[in-house]
Order: sequence, then C-alpha cells, then structure tokens
Amino acid sequence: MSEKPRLIYFNGRGRMESVRWLLAAARVEFEEIFLDTREQYVKLIKDGSLMFQQVPLVEIDGMKMVQTRAILSYIAGKYNLYGKDLKERAFIDMYVEGITDLMHMILMFPFSPPEAKEKNLALITERATHRYFPVFEKALKQHGQDFLVGNQVSWADIQLMEVILAVEEKTPAVLSAFPQLQAFKTRMSNMPAIKKFLQPGSPRKPPPDDHYVSTVLKVLAEE
Amino acid sequence: MSEKPKLHYFNGRGRMESIRWLLAAAAVGFELGCYFFLSLDGALLFQQVPMVEIDGMKMVQTRAILSYIAGKYNLYEKDLKERAWIDMYVEGVRDLMDLIRVHHKLSPQEQQKNLALIGEKAATRYFPVYEKILKDHKDDFLVGNQLTWADVQLIEAILTVEEKVPTILSEFPLLQAFKARVSSIATIKKFLQPGSQRKLPTDEKAVAFTNRIFNRR
Repeated sequence: MSEKPRLIYFNGRGRMESVRWLLAAARVEFEEIFLDTREQYVKLIKDGSLMFQQVPLVEIDGMKMVQTRAILSYIAGKYNLYGKDLKERAFIDMYVEGITDLMHMILMFPFSPPEAKEKNLALITERATHRYFPVFEKALKQHGQDFLVGNQVSWADIQLMEVILAVEEKTPAVLSAFPQLQAFKTRMSNMPAIKKFLQPGSPRKPPPDDHYVSTVLKVLAEE
Repeated sequence: MSEKPKLHYFNGRGRMESIRWLLAAAAVGFELGCYFFLSLDGALLFQQVPMVEIDGMKMVQTRAILSYIAGKYNLYEKDLKERAWIDMYVEGVRDLMDLIRVHHKLSPQEQQKNLALIGEKAATRYFPVYEKILKDHKDDFLVGNQLTWADVQLIEAILTVEEKVPTILSEFPLLQAFKARVSSIATIKKFLQPGSQRKLPTDEKAVAFTNRIFNRR
C-alpha cells in the first residue's frame, strides 16, 4: 500500500506552493505538517531529516526529499508530466527555470524592506511583461497547441499557470497584451484537477501576509 | 554528422564553468561562441547567457543545459529514485557554488565576510553530507556506483572551495580520497591540465570587462 506524500513547510506558499500545484495537477493527495515553532525545525535538523538543514521537505516513496527542484523533478517524472524524450525535457526544463526566476522575485517580495517594495513590484511586472510572458505567448502561438511542450500537459504548463495567477494578484491587467496566455489560463483553469485546486478548501495557500513572514523569520531565527 | 556544442559566455568561469566540467567529463569537445552576445539578440530565450547551441537547440538556463548533457551522455541515472538523489546532491552543491560565484563582485570588506561564510557552509552544511554518503555505501561514487553529474559537480565544488579555503578537506578523509580518485579519471585529469577549456578563477580584469559589456559601474 503506498502512502500519501507528506509535505513539511510553513503554513503558506513559499517554495512549497509549486509542489502543491504539481501534486494537485497529478491528482495526488498529500498530507501537510506546518512549521509554526523553532522547536519543530530544530528537531527536524537534530533527527537528520533535513539533508542541508533546509525546508521544503517532502516525504515520498520512502525518501526524505529536499531541494525544491529535485522534488518537483521527481514528481514530474513519476506522474508523466515531464515530456516523452530528452529534448522535450530540455524545453520543459528551460521554461520551468525561466518561470522559477520570476517566481523567485515574487517569493522574496514579502521579505523585502518597505522602502524597496515599490521598486520590486515594478520589477516583477516589468520582467513578466517583457522577459517571460512574451516567450510563452510566442511558443503557444507558434505551434498552436494547447500546451507548451509536446502537445500534452507538463510541469511547464502547471508552473506557468501558477506564476500567471501569482503575478495577476499583484498586477491584475498583466495579461492584457497576451491573448494566447489568456486563452491558456482559461483552458488550464477548466482542467478538472486544477479547477478543484482553485476552489476554496483545497490545499492551495493564500498570498503571504505579515503573520506568514513573521513565522518564517521566527522559525528560521533570521534577522 | 553531429556538430560540437557551442558555448556562448564570457571568457571566465561564472555560470558556464559547470557546463564546461560536465562536457569535459563526458569527453565531449566543444567550441566557443561569440561572447559579444548582444549580437545574439533573439537567440537568447530570456535575454541571458549561458547559452549552448546543442543538437539543433539554443539552450539557456544553466540547470536545463546541465540536465540535458547529463541525460545525453549517461551521467544521469535512468531510475527515477537514483535521479532524485543526484538532483538533491547537485542542488546542494550548487547552493554552495553560488556563494563562490558572486565572491569577486563583492567589496573587499564583504569578501572577508563571504569567505568566512563559504568556509562555514562548506564545513558544516555541505561537505559533511557527502562525506557521510561515501561512508555509508563505501562506493567510489555518490550514486549508483558509477560516475554521474553529482560526482562532477562535487569535484568542481571541492576544488573551487579549496582555492579559497585550502584546508577545507582536513576533516573529510573520504572526500580527500574521492578528490584523488575522481581527479585521476582520464577525462577529468585532462580537464585539470593546463591548456584545457577550464577557466581560471575570476579576477578583477574579467569583472571590469563584464561590467563594460553590461554598462554597469
């Protein structure tokens, strides 16, 4: 009998949110343990559960997996979301890495000092609009297919959907110049597994707030 | 007839060095592309280098490139779980390498602090993990008893940290043995010799040149 994957992280998006998205899209149910106190985190380190003393941690198939990319890569491979050959993987990897660079800016945003927030927000919007979204708009336009790579849903599509919604929360009109991405977003939203994930009561986490930021800082004991 | 991969980057280590290591370990010859990459407008997917022309693709994003090379040249396990271990080990090493990669951009004062951080993280967070892995399974390599991307990444990290902290392996006898063993593999031995495609540690001239290209102070 195979057990459900278990996610250990703060009760918020952060680096674990992409893992939640991918498991949900693959229709894999999972459990979550939330880190609220420093004691929990120190215990995980003392137990040897955190290979590099960091979360996210995902217990899956007998492994205590760390490093977000490694975790996502494993899930994508296991649940057939990683293309069908080496070249398709290459494109998926390139797209995912680009999206991750954009997601990283969004991830770090709540932790930036108040005086830098306006600048960072402008940078997120600029990068989305001029560096990243045009690439995916063009890819979809060129092949005319529903998904980014290999005419089937992959990790890249899930990651793109996640980042579109995340940027829209900050800049609601960000897709105004990207008709292909608008259609993509609608299509993806209607896929049953994703539709379910987007509904209230799913494991999807809300945007980070002050409580989330202070919990992370407290648990990791960072200034 | 397959062409040699072509690497587009500055004439220095940076993010491309890991790619040079991996191609060298796999005994794949490569060419240098034009590093006046502004002329490559449109060829850079996200307007960034590294870019590697390989098998008809213009690949960007270091991890994607490394992953493809590892997969193609049998430095990446076929089994999903073994891949997972390689990925975890590689990602850990990369976090350490990131500290070193930015070192030359820092002010002298910041460099002092960063040097201490590199030494501390290497000695307490990263190298103990790999020492333990080698101790637990007693194999010559990190995963699957054969040379993989993880081993190449680790030897690169060891040598790069040693350039900054020469005694860093003093508490890690198995990593010392690993270093000697992997250095004597024919392809890697060749790469470590003068005249190979391996780049020298980044220095002030390279930084000044890069800044001029990017129009940075």
